[in-house]
Amino acid sequence: MQLENLATDVLEHARRMGATAGDILIASGESFSAGVRLGEVEKVQQSQEKRIGLRLFVNQSSAITSTADFTRDTLNELIEETVALARATAADDFSGLPEQHLLARDIPDLDLSDTTVSFSPEEKIALAREGEAAALAVDSRITNSEGAEFSNGSHEVLYANSLGFVGRYRTTSYSLSVVPVASQNGAMQRDYWYSSHRKFSKLESPATIGKIAAERTLRRLGARRVKTQDAPVVFDPQMAASLLRHLAGAISGSALYRKTSFLLGKLGEQIATRNVSILDDARIPSALGSKPFDGEGLPTQRTTVVKDGVLNSYLLDSYSARKLGMHSTGSASRSFSDAPAASTTNLFLEPGTVSPEEIIRSVRSGLYVTELSGFGVNPVTGDYSRGATGLWIENGELAYPVEEITIAGNLLSMFQSIEVIGNDLDLRSTVAAPTLKIAQMMIAGE
Amino acid sequence: MKQPVSPEHIFLAPHDLTPQHLERVLNTALEKRADYADIYFESRTSEVVALEEGLVKKTARSLSQGAGIRVLTGEKTGYAHSDDISLDTLQIAARTARAIADEPGGVRSVPLSTIRPASQNLYSLTSPPTTIPLVEKIALLQRIDEEARRYDPRIVNVMASVAVEQKHILILASDGTMVADTQPLVRLQITCIAADGNNRQQGSHGGGGRIEFHLLLEPDRWRHFTREAARQAILGLESTPAPAGTMTVVLGSGWPGILLHEAIGHGLEGDFNRKKVSAFSDLLGKKVASELCTVIDDGTLPNRRGSLNVDDEGTPTSRTVLIEKGVLRGYLQDRLNASLMKMPRTGNGRRESFAHIPMPRMTNTFMLPGDSAPEDIIASVPRGLYAVSFGGGQVDITSGKFVFSTSEAYLIEDGKVTRPVKGATLIGNGPEVLTRISMVGNDLALDEGIGTCGKEGQSVPVGVGLPTIRIDGLTVGGTQV
Repeated sequence: MQLENLATDVLEHARRMGATAGDILIASGESFSAGVRLGEVEKVQQSQEKRIGLRLFVNQSSAITSTADFTRDTLNELIEETVALARATAADDFSGLPEQHLLARDIPDLDLSDTTVSFSPEEKIALAREGEAAALAVDSRITNSEGAEFSNGSHEVLYANSLGFVGRYRTTSYSLSVVPVASQNGAMQRDYWYSSHRKFSKLESPATIGKIAAERTLRRLGARRVKTQDAPVVFDPQMAASLLRHLAGAISGSALYRKTSFLLGKLGEQIATRNVSILDDARIPSALGSKPFDGEGLPTQRTTVVKDGVLNSYLLDSYSARKLGMHSTGSASRSFSDAPAASTTNLFLEPGTVSPEEIIRSVRSGLYVTELSGFGVNPVTGDYSRGATGLWIENGELAYPVEEITIAGNLLSMFQSIEVIGNDLDLRSTVAAPTLKIAQMMIAGE
Repeated sequence: MKQPVSPEHIFLAPHDLTPQHLERVLNTALEKRADYADIYFESRTSEVVALEEGLVKKTARSLSQGAGIRVLTGEKTGYAHSDDISLDTLQIAARTARAIADEPGGVRSVPLSTIRPASQNLYSLTSPPTTIPLVEKIALLQRIDEEARRYDPRIVNVMASVAVEQKHILILASDGTMVADTQPLVRLQITCIAADGNNRQQGSHGGGGRIEFHLLLEPDRWRHFTREAARQAILGLESTPAPAGTMTVVLGSGWPGILLHEAIGHGLEGDFNRKKVSAFSDLLGKKVASELCTVIDDGTLPNRRGSLNVDDEGTPTSRTVLIEKGVLRGYLQDRLNASLMKMPRTGNGRRESFAHIPMPRMTNTFMLPGDSAPEDIIASVPRGLYAVSFGGGQVDITSGKFVFSTSEAYLIEDGKVTRPVKGATLIGNGPEVLTRISMVGNDLALDEGIGTCGKEGQSVPVGVGLPTIRIDGLTVGGTQV
């Protein structure tokens, strides 16, 4: 059966069983991954999956169910059960589908799928092998490997609701990662590099990925600790993006109505230095986080989250918007077993004009951080304390690698002390930022 | 939803499959030269009921079912899975999975006869948590909300959820293994938000295990979890900046055992050691901890969150001594790595679901108790940190550097616990940290059943445990020198 028909049949049957409204998500896809280690195939994995997520309302009460079994009997049973669960759940005045007039009317083609290429498993294995070989060839101190992996997938998403909305889109993804291990004087280090894209042609070449992975690993050899001190911290683009992820959590609807955000009540206030502007843009063609409509069927958009350091907008779905007396930003993301909740699409911090090299040159003594670990971030207070790995900057030069240290501060004061922003923004993942320099943080070490 | 009876009834009869059909699938998987093949069937029903702002607004129930076929040859793994179960799809998956084997010279599967239940029986199945009526879960959540708000008027919001699942697995392998298990899991999670003016804090607590739902109710375990979450949130209101730098750290008993999980547990998993990418590679028989330390991984503790009758490859779980009086004694193994390293399987081959390849994972990891009284340990410290509760942790198994972050900690000054401090990340070096343990308490406790471990994108439930210990030198990532 056509998936559209399946979706509308389920919603119609639900109505007959007593549901007053509902929506349905149907996703299906297949994926493949090939892992190579030290030149040999290590694992090959293929999967085929499909799933239905159903949300039904009985007036202001709702329940959510999901299954991978699309047979009529199972679905009828599921509908019956969902209605029963909804009846047992408390009524919530703010619940419900979005207003009908807000639903997306046209569904733009954002060029999210690439079916121009087709590979045999052997060709995919060859790409992984090439990436790893490039890493192993860089230096004799690359002595081992956790391998290289190529993966690709093709997925289709269909969303329909009882207000008559039906939309679907297809995505593809390709990615290659390499994880070399280097050793020197009996101590080992590993690092990685990867590339991920909706279009195969946009993927970085295996040779480049392998070479960067090796360089990132080699520069960690001989890492030491530093004394406990206050110092400037420069975040490389990947680590700068991690700061944006913490910010994203704090501006999402559920954190705000639950009052679990350190940015509660900060709309319109200066939460970052004036050089900081942050956008969430769902409409960038072929970007990893793009989607033509959100998890409630609303049109997606480009939202200016922070403008010149001022918090300009939260990211909201219909429910959190109603709770806050605001409007949805088309940010709903729907999973199979959860109600729609606001999340980011392509979130990025706008680049500045200074090169990363110049930023490093501006530091007399400080940390260039390339990896952060652990969960030491308190979303309610913004208190921040994480394990760090990177390079120590002395007199404007990357002097030596450091590890087994922590950096600590508070996210709000960190965003309010972003001194310099790099010109090196690269939308290589759904959250991205250029190199950032924060004036001062507490570094704990020896 | 109807509650299925037994794994055979779930996986075979409804899909018109017999053991002979599956033997045929295994033989398809072994058509080229391979060492081993298995079929893993899984059916899982899970349910989450959640409360916030005094209302049970969310109920979600999910069903998942599928099968995966794995073929092993040398160090290679081929895997294919599908959520469609039929002889046809299994045959297709078997052909896909065997693509890693390209040399002729197939072997035959050992004939399959009858499915055995696992030989251990670590969890009761008389009343599956997924069959408990919704009203009982809703009633519990509402009592939790009231209890938390009664604890202190500064508790302004309570978020609580009951998550339960019932999982059936059936494993058939080319060595004749044919084993089934049914695994219940219950988790109660409570987060309280406290506010005093602009000062807002949160506290979380919870517990559970492979238990029946009613065990949350008796004897008032839920009340204890609730008060702990509320107490932590209120305590946060008074917390002061944490210290920065290297100092003596005393870890409280129970959940701080996350130290062992991160600092040494992952580094002792067979896959990393076979590949020699672990900071612990080649240290078997060497001293890696103080003589006070004996560390165990035990998947056979009844009703524990990390326990299993059999692992996800059908191997019975066991008690593995990882470190004995400071000396490294063992690794955690799955089938592939045990066989390649010529070591015994330890029943640690686990996977998140049928969509994932098994790998060596921890079960319940803990340190045996020592002789010291916990109060003597604290009294012995002139200045340091006393950490009694943690959020998550992480490790880089290659460099050995690990972190874990406190959610409840105090300063120790002149042998006395003084002021509460804000959350801070503690960082150390796995092969080194246990050598600095100078005192081990007589108060071993296991955690209350909330841990989830992530590795290579796969999450599995685990447990940890620890007596109070003193570590002479660990870096504390606070903000104040």
